[in-house]
This record gives sequence, C-alpha cells and structure tokens, in this order.
Amino acid sequence: MSSAADPLPRKTLPLPASLRRLMADRMGAAGAFIVLFLLAIAIIAPWIAPYDPLKINVKAKLLAPSWEHWAGTDHLGRDTLSRLILGTRNALWIALTATGLAGVIGMILGLIAGYGPRWIDGILVLLLDSLSSLPMIMFALAVITVLGPGTQTLMLVIVLVSIPGYARLIRAQVLTLKNADFIQAERVMGASLPRILLVHLLPNVVGPLVIVLSMDVPVVIMLEAGLSYLNLGVKPPEPSWGNMLYDGYTSLRQQPSLVIAAGIPLILATLGFTFLGEGLRDALDPKLQKRLP
Amino acid sequence: MTAPAKPPLYVVENLRLDMVLPGGPLALLQRSDRRVLNILDDISLQVERGETLGLVGESGSGKTTLARAMLGLLPISSGKLSMNGQELTPGNMAQLRRATAMMFQDPIASLSPRMRVGDLVTEPFIIHGPRPADRAATARALLAQVGLPPEMAQRYPHELSGGQARRVCTARALALEPAFVIADEPTAGLDVSVQGEILNLLADLKEQRGISFLIITHNLAVIRHTSDRIGILYLGRLVESGPTREVFRAPAHPYTASLIASEPDPDPRRRRQELAIKGEIPSLLRRPSGCEFHSRCPIAEVICHQTRPSLRQIAPGRSVRCHLAG
Amino acid sequence: MTELLEVTDLRLSYGKLHALRGANLQARAGEVIGIVGESGCGKSTLASALIGLPAEGAALSGSIKIAGQEMVAASAASRRALRGDRVAMIFQDPMTAFNPVLTLGDQLIDFQHRSHLSRKEKRAKARDMLASVGLPDPDLALKRYMHELSGGMRQRASIAAALLVSPDLLIADEPTTALDVTMEAQIIHLFRQLRAHHHGAIVIVTHHLGVVGELCDRVYVMYAGEVVEEGTVDEIYHSPRHPYTAALIACDPMHLEVTDQRLPTIPGRLPDLTNPPRGCAFASRCVKAAAICAEPPPRKRLSPTQAALCHRIAE
Repeated sequence: MSSAADPLPRKTLPLPASLRRLMADRMGAAGAFIVLFLLAIAIIAPWIAPYDPLKINVKAKLLAPSWEHWAGTDHLGRDTLSRLILGTRNALWIALTATGLAGVIGMILGLIAGYGPRWIDGILVLLLDSLSSLPMIMFALAVITVLGPGTQTLMLVIVLVSIPGYARLIRAQVLTLKNADFIQAERVMGASLPRILLVHLLPNVVGPLVIVLSMDVPVVIMLEAGLSYLNLGVKPPEPSWGNMLYDGYTSLRQQPSLVIAAGIPLILATLGFTFLGEGLRDALDPKLQKRLP
Repeated sequence: MTAPAKPPLYVVENLRLDMVLPGGPLALLQRSDRRVLNILDDISLQVERGETLGLVGESGSGKTTLARAMLGLLPISSGKLSMNGQELTPGNMAQLRRATAMMFQDPIASLSPRMRVGDLVTEPFIIHGPRPADRAATARALLAQVGLPPEMAQRYPHELSGGQARRVCTARALALEPAFVIADEPTAGLDVSVQGEILNLLADLKEQRGISFLIITHNLAVIRHTSDRIGILYLGRLVESGPTREVFRAPAHPYTASLIASEPDPDPRRRRQELAIKGEIPSLLRRPSGCEFHSRCPIAEVICHQTRPSLRQIAPGRSVRCHLAG
Repeated sequence: MTELLEVTDLRLSYGKLHALRGANLQARAGEVIGIVGESGCGKSTLASALIGLPAEGAALSGSIKIAGQEMVAASAASRRALRGDRVAMIFQDPMTAFNPVLTLGDQLIDFQHRSHLSRKEKRAKARDMLASVGLPDPDLALKRYMHELSGGMRQRASIAAALLVSPDLLIADEPTTALDVTMEAQIIHLFRQLRAHHHGAIVIVTHHLGVVGELCDRVYVMYAGEVVEEGTVDEIYHSPRHPYTAALIACDPMHLEVTDQRLPTIPGRLPDLTNPPRGCAFASRCVKAAAICAEPPPRKRLSPTQAALCHRIAE
C-alpha cells in the first residue's frame, strides 16, 4: 500500500485544493484576479504613481485625460491617476482592516453567544440588538462629532456597526450545530472546549462569514467613499476614492472625466470582491467537491 | 453465589431525568412557572464486564436519552451513575470519556464534516494522548482493524456509504481501547446483507478485547443476536429485564410479549393472524396514571389504572414492572 | 387470466446509469405482490415508473399496461388521468406526501377532484374512509394538520387518501419502514383487512422480508435492476432457487436461531450500473458462480409460478 505517500495532510482543507477549485470557477477566478490586482496596486502605490498625488499645480487644473495625465487632473491640478492609485491604498486598508476586525470580533462574540450558557447569550444578544438598532448614519455622525473626522474614527464606526451582523450570523449557525451529532460525538470523546470551538465548530461556520465579509468589503469601500464625500472620512488632501468623487462632482460641469475616473475603481472593487465571495462559497465547501478518484 | 471480585463495569441507580420545556421569550423571568417533563424515571441497570446489554424501546421510550445521560451529555435530575465502582460526577467525567465510546445512530452526521477520515479516526489520540509518532500509519492500522482500505483515510464523511461510515465510527470508538461502548441503533439504515457485517465486527471486538457493549435499538432481531441480557423500556421506565434467551422464550411483561408478537415474520407459514397490540404510545405530556402501559395492555385490571407498579424480581436476574406478571 | 398490471421488459436509465434492465412482472386483481431487494436494486425506480412519475431525465422503454392500457407510450395527459383514477401510491414518509399548510380534511376533499360529488359528500366520504382505516375520532382528524398527527396516524391517513379514488392498483413504497414495531404490525394488519375489500391489486415495495412474509401472495426479488426471481411467497421463502434470494433470506436475522452472535452476510458489492456486466450481475458475489455465468443468464421456469434468472439451476 505504498501508492498513497502521505494519506494524512495536516490541513483539514488543503489550501491548494480549494484554490484550484476557486480558479476553476470562472467568476471566482475573475474576482480573485481583480482583488489581487487592486492589492498589488495598493502595495506598490508610491512607486507606480506617476506624480506626487498631493502636489498642487493650479496652472494645470481640470485637464482632460491626455498622454501626460492619463486620467486628467482635478480642480487643484493634482494628477488624478496618481491620486486614484494612492486612494486604492486608503480604500483597501480601511475596508480590509475594518471588515477583518469586525469579522473576528463578530465571530468570537457569535461563538460565545451560540455555544456559551444561556445567560451570556441573553446579554450578548441584547447588546448586539441595541447596537444594530441605532440608526447608522446618525451614529456615525455622533461618533465623528465626538472624536473628530479621520481614518481611525471611520474605521471605528464601520467596525461597530458591522459586528452585530457577523456575530448573529455565527451565533445562528452555532446554535443549529451545537446539538449536531458530531459535536455530541466530540463531547463524548472528551474533546476540550477550545478544540470543539476551534477545530469542529469554526470550520463549519466560518465559510458563510468569509463570503459575507468578502461581499461586505465593497460596501465598506462605498461607506468610506460616502463619508469621505461628506468630508467626514479621510481628511483632505489625503486621497480617497470618496473625496475624489466629491471633488469630481463639484467640478462636474467643467470636467466630467474626474467623476468617471474616480467611479471606475469603485465599481471594479465592488465586482471583484463580490465575485470572489461567490467563488469562495463554492470552493470552501467540501461537500461540493468531486469524489476523489 | 460468591460475590464477584470486581464491581460491575457500569451501574445506573434510580436514575431520573426531567427536561424543562422551553417557554416563551420571557421564560427566564417566570422561573417558578417552568413546565417540567419527566423523561426517565426509576432506571436501574448494570453492565457487566465483557457483556452486551441490549436496550429495546420504541420511539419516545427514552432509550437514546438514557444513553446520552449515561455518557454525561445530559444532566440527570437524581440517581447515581458509577463506573468501576466509582461514582461519576461532572468533576471526574474526563476519566469516563477515556474509557467509554459512543456510536451514534446516524454515523455520517456524527463525523465532523470538514475533517478527513484519517484525521477523524486518530483524533482520540490527539485529545487524550499520546500523540502517535506517525499519524498516517496509525490511521491505516485503525482502518484495517475495521476492514477498511487505507485509501479511505483521504475521504470526507459525506463521501462514505452508510456501512463505511459505521466502520469509521467503530474505528474511532475503538482507538483508545475503551472498556465500554454504547451503540445507538448500530444497524439503522443498513441493508440486511451489510447489517450482519457490522454486527459481526462488534461481536469480534467484544470477544477479542472483552469490551462491554450497550446496544440500543428498536430492532428485536438485532438485539436477539447480539445481546446477553436485555432491558425493555416503555415511556421512560424499564418494564422488564433479564437474559435475552429467557425473555424471548417467556416474556413476563405484556408489553414485551406484544413487542415480540408484533415483529413481522418472513415465513408465510407463520403469519400472525391476531393483532398483538392496539393503540399508540401515549405522549409524554399525557403520561397515563398507574401503570403507563394500561391504556394498551390486553390484561389490565383496575389496580393497573390506579397504582404504579414497581420493578420486582421474578427469578434470578429477571425483573418485571407489572402487577399481574409472574 | 386477466392481468391488471403487466410490465414487460421495462428499461430505465438516467444518463449512463442503467437503473432498470428489463424488468417483467404481473399482478392480478385481488392480489398482493411484493417487490423486494436491497438499496440500489431498482425497486423504488420501478415503483415510480409504475405510477408514471419517473425522475427527471429518465429514459424509459418497454411496456407497462394497467388494465390493458399502455402507460409508457401514453401522453402526459392520459398518464395523469390514469394516475388520478386507476393508480394510487402510498409513500414511505407520509409527512412529505401531504401539504403541511392544509388540514387533512381539505386535502382529502381535494384528492377527489375528479368526482362529481358535492363538497359535503366528499367530506363525508373522507370521514368514512378515515374511520375504515382505523383512525380514532375521524371527525377531529379532518380538522388536523399533518404535524399534529403521530407517525402511525399519518400513515393511516395516507392509506385513506390513496383509497379515496378506489384505485385498481395501489402501490406502497416501504409503507412501514418509518414506523415502530407495534405500529408496523398495525399497518400490516390494516393492509390485510384492506385486501379483503379492495378489488384491485396491491404492490408492496420493501426491503423488509417480514413485511413480505406477512402480507404478500407473490414476490419479485430484484437485484441490480433486474427481477432475478419470482414466485409465490411460500416458494420464495421455503425453496428459493436463485443464489441471491437464498443469501438474502439467510441474512435476515429474524428467523435465525441464536448461535454464537455471528450473522451471515453477502460479501462483495453491487456491480457498477453505469457499466453493467454482460453476464449475471450477481456472479461476482455468488457462491455457485462458474465460467458460464459470464454469459447473460437464462430465465428458467421452475414451477407454474416460480422462475429464476440463473445458469446454475437445473430445471
């Protein structure tokens, strides 16, 4: 029986296999490609930006796209392409950290609420419900008023308003799984609480969260853009897709290319993360895997 | 008779188990008004070393609840559980875990869906130690013991057939060489030709390793072939217990008798003309007064409606809960 | 002799999978026949083909005649008419055979949509039918939803529903499998009473030899999409001639005497039905297999009522 070299890979779901499956799915592959592309841009942004994104040149304001300025310039004569490239960094940094943080906190709270004793569940659900019953925009405005606008405030708001949804998603799944036979079987076997939570429950509930998180990234980018548009997010002159859209709208009549240029990456990011989420949903589920030959 | 040198392996004494019915959203506030449902009562039984005890009951008899309570998955309301003469408490449950194993009714559902078979069968070592030096080799050896080829280690639970999943669960149950295994409906959903394979495997293990089994089933044919002694449950009470052969030959409780007489006989020359039992098992919410079985009992008398019978011994090793039997 | 049901060389495949490979069977009025076999033998596929409801994408050939009327080639509309009128089915899980949001009474009235009775008369007929299948308090039961009934009561209700259309052919797919032993005995008893009054034929599809022994007149044993043996229930049980039938009966723990807690089994597994063997499908697991079993087995008539598909039996 030497045909199987190592019949026991350490990972419960070997990464290469799920990646391969993601790539086999055309939409998932497209999503992954777009997301990687945006990530790459965000990482190498300072080196590929053709101009200093903050450098004002009033003489060259509101130029149409040209060989010199591929995406034109804004009302202060700053190069739009350079600002978009640096804006990618801001957008992804805020969106990924905020959703990631909210996802992790939501997951932990959801696990505790779902698997823990009933009184903890009661308290947590009450807290989460109160949090999500606050009207979001008002809540955001209130926090910003107290702490002042800025990237960190923005992230705090996003994390706070996203946690309840994620926590509830995980909690609902944990509740249905905690009495499942395989969890009972692990208890009979004497598995420790961390083992049950992390090895057996988590892998079975995290899939939908990953998908929702991936689909929420563009929502957060939009939110950041929206709040920045209201001048409540990323502080100018720091470039962000949102405040660029704002600048574009104010000078829409003189130069429409600015709005279009700032809108394209937003659309691209939305599609990319949504496709990736859909692809991940299929790739992460072993039940959809073909039987091994 | 001389006293046995060792205490029985597992003893249940006067176990009672109640469950609180879920109330409305404000249930937490009205603590006094909780509805309590009695699931099991006055259950006493013991499993000797190297024997197989069969528990028979129809749905609603509480047989699965009893198994789960015996393994500490459900809190008991009163009574005592002990293993090797030592009382089981939440504190020393870890010791119980190592020495016992359970095989669930639905084998596929009882395997963690995102783990491969190889990881699943070796997981007991990861939990209790010692960690095997070569996990893959250990997995292959365990699979071989239950007659599965080594390639199975790569499979996920949903890729197994019912019979294969049973074998994987058996391998997992046996990994730590337990002294006591509880098997809940070990042949549910299996074809007759495969059913025998699983039961023979369990019989081999019992013989080779002296494992004690508690087999829970509604299938009388299975219990007759696998168990040394049986207990019959009806609405959460043990109504009869004794050596399998004797109970089948001369059932003492009218419920046992009607269960045996209800089993369809494949021999057309022995067709059962009379209906042995009428009516359905009453709901636990409306437990009959007196003897629980009186509503369906063919020989019930006035006393059966009024007084609850207690379990009494009618012969060495045989007990029955009936006013009129014996 | 008029056959109420006559199935000839019925073949059914889903894509590459040959689920039925030439099944033949007959049933007369007043007869109870059993179709037995283990999972994957094609018995449920056969049952769904009999009521004209094969799964989507199934390719069907051969002939099914019900009271002389051909079903396989018939149009969808005439098949539907036949289903509502002549054929009724009892399912393993009665819960899924009823609509959970309608009361039992409403559904039993609805099942009689072909009849010209008034709603009140239909309700009375439904009530009487429930009483005749032994449902306690039928008036109350008419007002109940399915989830309010116990498993045994549901199965009685679905038998009542099937009988409402007074079908010529009643097909029951594993009618007692989901029930407890005492309930199973009661449903078997009900079927027995039913055959005394029912003028048509009853087909019981089951894996449970006990149900067959208690209920059926004649039995068809299926293996790998074929009927490998047929005969009266006494012939099949007391003198099975096909090695598979013999092995199947030997495996049933019910009649075995307790010896050493070991049970007989049938080693091996079903052949791959996407690529069925040319010869006998059971040969790879058969204790009597010989070289000749690689050829398609002949159908040997063993008595006026018994026949088996096997090379290795002397006629």
